[in-house]
Amino acid sequence: MSAVDFRLTQDQRDLRAGVRDLLAGRYGREALRASVEADGALDRDLWRELGAAGLFALRLAESGGGVGLGLPEAVLVFEEAGRALLPGPLVATHLAAGTVPGAAEGTAVVTAFDLDGPLVAHLGDADAVLGADPLPAGTPVRSADPLTPLWRAEAAGGAGVEAYREEGALLTAALQVGSALRTVELAVRYAGEREQFGQPIGAFQAVKHLCADMLVRAEVARTAVYAAAVTADGAEIAAAKLLADGAAVRGARDCLQVHGGMGFTWEADVHLHLKRAWVRARQWRTAAGAEELLAERLLEEAVAG
Amino acid sequence: MDLTYTEEERDFRARLREWLGKTLPELPARPSPDDWPGRRAYDLGWQRRLHDAGYAGLHWPVDAGGRGATPTQHLIFLEETERAGAPYVGANFVGLLHAGPTIAAEGTAEQRARWLPPVLRGDEVWCQGFSEPGAGSDLASLRTRAVRDGDAYVVTGSKIWTSHAEVADWCELLVRTDPQAPRHRGISWLALPMDAPGITVRPLRTLAGSAEFAEVFLDEVRVPVANRVGAENDGWRVTMVTLSFERGTAFVGEVVACRRTLTRLARTAQANGRWDDPVLRRTLGRLHGEFGALWRLTQWNVSEAQRSGGIPGTGGSVFKLAYSHARQELYDVAAEVLGADSLSLEEEWTLDRLSSLSYTIAAGTSQIQRNIVAERILGLPKGR
Repeated sequence: MSAVDFRLTQDQRDLRAGVRDLLAGRYGREALRASVEADGALDRDLWRELGAAGLFALRLAESGGGVGLGLPEAVLVFEEAGRALLPGPLVATHLAAGTVPGAAEGTAVVTAFDLDGPLVAHLGDADAVLGADPLPAGTPVRSADPLTPLWRAEAAGGAGVEAYREEGALLTAALQVGSALRTVELAVRYAGEREQFGQPIGAFQAVKHLCADMLVRAEVARTAVYAAAVTADGAEIAAAKLLADGAAVRGARDCLQVHGGMGFTWEADVHLHLKRAWVRARQWRTAAGAEELLAERLLEEAVAG
Repeated sequence: MDLTYTEEERDFRARLREWLGKTLPELPARPSPDDWPGRRAYDLGWQRRLHDAGYAGLHWPVDAGGRGATPTQHLIFLEETERAGAPYVGANFVGLLHAGPTIAAEGTAEQRARWLPPVLRGDEVWCQGFSEPGAGSDLASLRTRAVRDGDAYVVTGSKIWTSHAEVADWCELLVRTDPQAPRHRGISWLALPMDAPGITVRPLRTLAGSAEFAEVFLDEVRVPVANRVGAENDGWRVTMVTLSFERGTAFVGEVVACRRTLTRLARTAQANGRWDDPVLRRTLGRLHGEFGALWRLTQWNVSEAQRSGGIPGTGGSVFKLAYSHARQELYDVAAEVLGADSLSLEEEWTLDRLSSLSYTIAAGTSQIQRNIVAERILGLPKGR
């Protein structure tokens, strides 16, 4: 008997596994740390490979040279990108596919004014800014996230992003979910290895409960992101972004705490998750914006009875 | 990932909605909360109507007298009955959600024939005798003794947190049948007739002021050996089947109810001007998002259960942790919406706020749930 089946189809599971394998091979820990050493400068070869793998053209029709898949598949792919801490304006370039020449193939790097102001990520590497023509001039800003170089544009061109806000928020939420789930894994692994007082610290309930709460937040956010990808409803997308931002930021904070002193070092990857989660939380839809949107929707439902 | 309903499911929903629209106005007035015989009669009457309309034991297997509905149909049933404001499962809770499914899964043909039809028809009420004063989170340390004497067990001990004990016909009882065995291996599951000599029921008043629970004292109560479900000393395993049901489906209607409460809170806040407070408004917005996500998590867990044959897995612990916290926050926010009126017990939300305090304790405390998530899902080592 057929029924509502929220679970992933076999094709969707295969897609996710394929992307995970691709990123593990092409963007493992060495590549990640090389990006950090390069101050977040983009690897254009990698960008083209991502294009060839269909990351940007995923939702373009097959007749237009795309992969012909939908938002549910896109969030699975972006979840994997978030897990791997893959750098670059992935969401903006994906959204530009079919509009900006070269975006679908990964021969162009497209960023966006998605930070609600004149700050824009990866402007130095960008060939275009979504919805802003020509490419604006700007000055570099020292970025809190070593993998997200920031520029201050001379004129903010925020108007061009409005049409993309919901899809941008949803795909960014998917990146956050991937990062959140990854920080759970990192925390659990470290808690199982690190011994103090003669036992793994993961045997202490104080540590265990941090990890359990991380998973709860990540799983609730993941379900919200998947559901929003299926319904494409504005309020569900806002909720997904809000929950995913919380899961990623708090997950990275708790992961850092589980790592103790090691978590405070440059050497550990934890800070890379936290700093990127901070960036993504400011992109496309902030917590304040999401909560106000949800409140507005709640009131509409209340009045409608 | 598919969230669309089939035509069959849409038909099911439409027929149910029609039946609810016709039936609910015919129900008698609800009894007052401390009128236990009245509550029993009301809850059993509702169950009888469900039975006569073909909705009793919807998700039970057909060979146990159920309808063999899919988890999705069960979800639709819970969603629609809550939305229509139908009576809660009430006194039928243990029979339909604990004892019944246990007997259906582990009982003999005779036991199923004796105990299941009266539960489905709304003839008999069950209560639960699991927890003891000394055995809460550590349920396996229970000490109520059952000593074999011919064709009966002689049971002595005490149970606590037993809902509906005053009006129950049967109690699903966990007893220690082998004090020498390792603690999980010396427990048996018995159906205790509540009219047996030697049983004393004492109401337990909660912080909400009402007596929703009772203590049950057992003094050399004779229970026929034929009332044991499962093998002697295998009661722990038999019980775990029951508890997974509790975590899987018990809160579905409540999530729907919480979402409705949120819309009422929004209306009230707008009427009294507190909606203009951005902190309060944003908190309501966030909770709207969280309860929406919890509903989706329910659908996710049901989809998983559909695959595993109806028995919900550890996903229930993830859900319960998130839900119990959100529910408490919901009624804390309700107090912000009410202002000083939140101190009045005349306000329904004040009573709801008080009862919400049990949610992080009952059916496995949040601390125990976190241990389950950490050890069984994440694979972290057990402490010593």
